Amino acid sequence: MISLKSVSHQYPGGLRIAFKDWQINNGDQWLLLGESGSGKTTLLHILTGILKPSAGDVQINETSIYNLSAKELDQFRGRNVGIIFQRPHLIKSLNISDNLVLAQSLAGLPTNLNRVNEVLTSLGIADKKKSYPNELSQGQLQRVSIARAVINKPALLIADEPTSSLDDKNATAVLELLLQQSGINQATLVVATHDKRVKDAFTNTYALS
Amino acid sequence: MSPLKISWKSLWSKPLSAALNMMLIAFGTGILTILLLASNQISEKLENNSKDIDLVVGAKGSPLQLILSSIYYIDFPTGNIPLKEAMELARSPFVKRAVPLALGDNYNGLRIVGTDTNFITLYKLKAAQGKFWEKDFETTIGAAVAKTQNLKVGDKFYGAHGLTDNADVHKNHEYVVSGILEPQGNVADNLILTNVASVWKMHDEHEDHDHEAEKHNHEDHEGHDHKAPTEVQANEESRELTSLLIQYRSPMSVAMFPRLVNETTNMQAASPAQESTRLFSLIGIGVDTLQWFAVLIMLIAAISVFVNLYNSLKERNYDLAIMRTLGASRTKLFMIVIAEGIMLTLAGTVIGVLLGHLILEFIGSNQESGQAQLTGFVLLYDEIYLFVAGLAIGIFAAIIPAIHAYRSNISKILAKN
Repeated sequence: MISLKSVSHQYPGGLRIAFKDWQINNGDQWLLLGESGSGKTTLLHILTGILKPSAGDVQINETSIYNLSAKELDQFRGRNVGIIFQRPHLIKSLNISDNLVLAQSLAGLPTNLNRVNEVLTSLGIADKKKSYPNELSQGQLQRVSIARAVINKPALLIADEPTSSLDDKNATAVLELLLQQSGINQATLVVATHDKRVKDAFTNTYALS
Repeated sequence: MSPLKISWKSLWSKPLSAALNMMLIAFGTGILTILLLASNQISEKLENNSKDIDLVVGAKGSPLQLILSSIYYIDFPTGNIPLKEAMELARSPFVKRAVPLALGDNYNGLRIVGTDTNFITLYKLKAAQGKFWEKDFETTIGAAVAKTQNLKVGDKFYGAHGLTDNADVHKNHEYVVSGILEPQGNVADNLILTNVASVWKMHDEHEDHDHEAEKHNHEDHEGHDHKAPTEVQANEESRELTSLLIQYRSPMSVAMFPRLVNETTNMQAASPAQESTRLFSLIGIGVDTLQWFAVLIMLIAAISVFVNLYNSLKERNYDLAIMRTLGASRTKLFMIVIAEGIMLTLAGTVIGVLLGHLILEFIGSNQESGQAQLTGFVLLYDEIYLFVAGLAIGIFAAIIPAIHAYRSNISKILAKN
């Protein structure tokens, strides 16, 4: 279970945003809606433990994440939160398989090549294992970034504008994969977007005003 | 996956700039390695050759020249000294051992040295084949001479007048190889040893050779020698040596003997230790210049590694931020960047040290003169400092980029895109 309680954030410029309390049950699939500049990215960063809010408490599975030390928080994030960015951002110097192994080892988990194969197969890109990021298409790269997000079976899967740079066909495909992967890995899914094409797939919506 | 592997892979994603940085470091380290090995070997050889010689007595002139010609056999002698006066000095109570040297001839650029058995004791020579010279015109040759000139025991050769060229060959007498020395690791390897009388006789002949008119008188020279002791006696008066190598009897001689020679005779005394130090300090200026040059290259290399890491960090900001979201701690990012710097410079150092050794070996094997043959196949303890320097440069160049990586605000970096 993930919960946000009386969280607010003050920007260095002086602008202050208060966020409504939010409770997400395990396995839920949520849509985080908001126009650009509404604090969507800020909320996502707070939720993933990248940005400490000025006030309030964030809990993921009964752990109050901002009470952890910096190092503990980094490791907690690596193990419990999977993040998919608008653009894939894989490590260019590593091949696809190594990019996933890197995610395992940075989270402090042992290398598990079976798991790497399993995830890549379920996303239909097992044949690209030895390729380097610059040899793959944008759609394939987005799949790899989903694979990297779910490799450690995180409790929370967060996607930030995962479809906005893709065409309709790829956007639908990626959305389906996200829903499917969160199901397979029993991860709670939060998709932040202003993309209208995505809306219909979700029943739960958290809207920023 | 260890941070080391991440650093390694990241370096190889830009092979050209990695190679450039490694080359710069390798160039600097290579020069330093060569300097280190060469100056070490040269000073070792200088010491090795003059180890047991306390003083050299020769004709007035440059003391350095006297040392160079009589101990290292490089320069020309300063002139000759009268045998009579030299022998008086040799009998002085200050002197434990005096070794006469008569130079003047060569065989294919290798010096023929007229001396006596004291030379054998002084340099602790051993014959590997045959025996030491006994009769006139018998020679014992150094190991390197035998090798380069292809001479065996029993072989005969003609000496030539002068110290370097073959223009003026003494055809009247031929030398016989009676023995070959064991390799000594000093100048004796490149010398042809014979007795003093052989050198004298060679030159008697030589002077006669110049006066064509008198030539026929000496056709039966051998006979003359035996029958006319007075002539030998007379010759004895005018006989000359090139120099005298002296071993002191006691430390007290150091203070007294050189002054005695310089003030009471027409000869000069030169101390190998002093002159070697002077010589080395002259070479040292060149070595110092090259050293600063190498240090400058290393500095440029350090800046280049720094710029390379700093620029690649700008491009990799996002990569590093992603690694943070995947669970990497700040310290880990710091280590990854530092490791990249160290890998670059250490790899460069290893290549440089190897190259330095190979190049010096190459130089050594192509050396004309065997006097101070250099070799690259030695390891010095001091080389460890080169690795320490490589490590330090790596850390120095990487520390600022690494601190940047450590301090980066990932939320800001991720929000930008």
